[in-house]
Amino acid sequence: MMMYKINVDRLPELYAKMAESRALYLPIEKNDQVEFHPWNADACVRLDKLNTAKSAKDLFFPQTENLMKFKMQGKNISIEENRDPVEPFVLFGVRACDVRSFDVLDKVFLADPVDTFYQSRRENGVVISMACHEPEETCFCHAFGIDAADPAGDISCWMVEGTLYWKPLTEKGQALTETVSALMEQAGDQDQAKVEESQKALHAVMEKLPLYDLDLTGFDGDHLLEKFNSEKWAKLSEACLGCGSCTFVCPTCQCYDIRDYDNGHGVQRYRCWDSCMYSDFTMMAHGTPRKTQLEKFRQRFMHKLVYFPSNNDGMYSCVGCGRCLTKCPISMNIVKVIKALGGENHA
Amino acid sequence: MTELIKAKVSELLANQTADRVLGWKKGEFFYDETPAVFQAEELDDLVYDGFSAPNLSKYLIKESKKEGKVIALLKPCDTYSFNQLIMEHRINRDNVYVVGVPCRGNLDINKIREKGIKGIQSIKEQGDELIIETIYGTKTLPREEVILDRCLCCKGSQHMVADEVIESGEPAWEAKADRFEMVTKLENMTSDERFAFWRGELSKCIRCNACRNVCPACSCLQCVFDDPASKVQAKSNADDFEENMFHIIRAFHVAGRCTDCGECSRVCPQGIPLHLLNRKFIKDIDTFYGEYQAGADIEAKGPLTEFNKDDVEPSIVKERGGK
Ligand code: SF4
Ligand code: SF4
Ligand code: SF4
Ligand code: SF4
Repeated sequence: MMMYKINVDRLPELYAKMAESRALYLPIEKNDQVEFHPWNADACVRLDKLNTAKSAKDLFFPQTENLMKFKMQGKNISIEENRDPVEPFVLFGVRACDVRSFDVLDKVFLADPVDTFYQSRRENGVVISMACHEPEETCFCHAFGIDAADPAGDISCWMVEGTLYWKPLTEKGQALTETVSALMEQAGDQDQAKVEESQKALHAVMEKLPLYDLDLTGFDGDHLLEKFNSEKWAKLSEACLGCGSCTFVCPTCQCYDIRDYDNGHGVQRYRCWDSCMYSDFTMMAHGTPRKTQLEKFRQRFMHKLVYFPSNNDGMYSCVGCGRCLTKCPISMNIVKVIKALGGENHA
Repeated sequence: MTELIKAKVSELLANQTADRVLGWKKGEFFYDETPAVFQAEELDDLVYDGFSAPNLSKYLIKESKKEGKVIALLKPCDTYSFNQLIMEHRINRDNVYVVGVPCRGNLDINKIREKGIKGIQSIKEQGDELIIETIYGTKTLPREEVILDRCLCCKGSQHMVADEVIESGEPAWEAKADRFEMVTKLENMTSDERFAFWRGELSKCIRCNACRNVCPACSCLQCVFDDPASKVQAKSNADDFEENMFHIIRAFHVAGRCTDCGECSRVCPQGIPLHLLNRKFIKDIDTFYGEYQAGADIEAKGPLTEFNKDDVEPSIVKERGGK
């Protein structure tokens, strides 16, 4: 498919055009925090921000959503599906790691039985990714075979010297491109060369990142019990507060809880994100199967690094975005776990 | 400093004053230290510098219930939380040997990043400067520009409790800002402005509960928000009302016990200035019941748990009103 280009100064026009027909979500700064918010003409767009504080998963898998309503009238109960309406939207400026996270979520929510709530958002959303520019020391996407210079999605973008390059990758991406192509110019061979050069430059930077070569040896289904029974979990989990920061900022954490809210004359059933770090996670009549923080902590990492890949052809459910590295109150994170139990420490 | 501390704790372990140490463990990078318990042979990984921010007092609830005695490394502000937990009978004092460590003010990695510093390879504290090596080149920053907010309103370099204090010989860190400045600003807003300020901040909350779980005053065995019978969901903000109420109720619950250690704001992944809620209560308590610093003195009577005849009447709410 053809590549296009547009000068950065004209981006607001591009945003306005896209926003005419659907909601447009971009990294937008509000109260000192950059998140994917709906765009409007006054928004402070921060395409330069490497990663948003929260991931983009909210757009497909919101933190809280309504499922159905039960109404009691005398001895009758009526059931009404009241899912939140989903409209077409564009998600612009997603990094390569977060784009991969959607593949991870797809494995969970689009596998049989399909989660129609997630599915309808996936179908309605067009993902425009953005190649990275100045990666952080906390980035380790490369360990999972993700190329930050060549992000996937429906459309990929590169920002090079004041010009945004735009390349549709899917039919959905092509369809959106057609609605805005009048604003852009077609890119030529020279442009192609410029993009390739910027990719090379990014690769050179990536190689210098301290976690570039993070070694995942030993994290697979074959070493499940050995990893599970490792004595090292005790030390690793010792200071964990059991808060849910790591799980809530993570683009791939996918667990949810289904709850009923009794409003006195009926019940609203909704689902909300859950965290394996929480005391009531998978609570059953007899209690919770993981009573100690060690077991809860271990679950998070075993799921991402062992259970998930062994059930999904080797695909890890971590994409190396580094959010849990910067947000954990006590700086315990997946990299420390990988280094303690994998690579050269994998016995 | 790390070496001084290591020498001291090695000596204390060797002469059997205690059998383990609660301190900070070196991270993967140069700012990501983790609280940890060390045995004598593990001291290599112990570190103490500007990034030793986590307040270790709360860990002593669990640690002091174990057998033996633990050395706790506490910064001056951490000792207030320690005392408060002693007053609340949460820590077994007999099982803790408190070693006070001097503090030059903690460093804020987020402020360093806000200065446009990325791809950090190493950070060195050299006098009043930070030398930061990054994959994009070396940068130098004055230490004072990237001090953690809470430390700008430092309560002082004195340890409120300690079995022993390590002296650094360096000049003591001092407060640079008025602790109630922002509270006063908020008080002077109209209620609409104030509401807009707090909605702006609290709407960022993802309800991860880091603020609650890190808080030394939040030591309930089961938080009311985790009780299914409470009907609220600790893990989701179903609506604005719940979002606001969680924080307001929490602030009420720690009022009079909050030492203003600043951990809530430090750990919030969304950068919400939660300490302002607590400081508002502290300011009001100071005004109504006389100056009181929680955790300064374990003999002191809590202003909200003591009744005096000249205490303000509930009607004060109406008299002062809201603007
Ligand atoms: S690992 Fe860190 S962020 Fe995750 S629950 Fe434990 S303390 Fe919280
Ligand atoms: S585990 Fe951490 S690094 Fe991996 S995807 Fe989740 S937040 Fe990102
Ligand atoms: S982890 Fe990789 S893709 Fe994600 S922000 Fe960092 S460099 Fe970019
Ligand atoms: S730490 Fe911040 S985001 Fe998490 S619950 Fe507290 S205020 Fe909300």
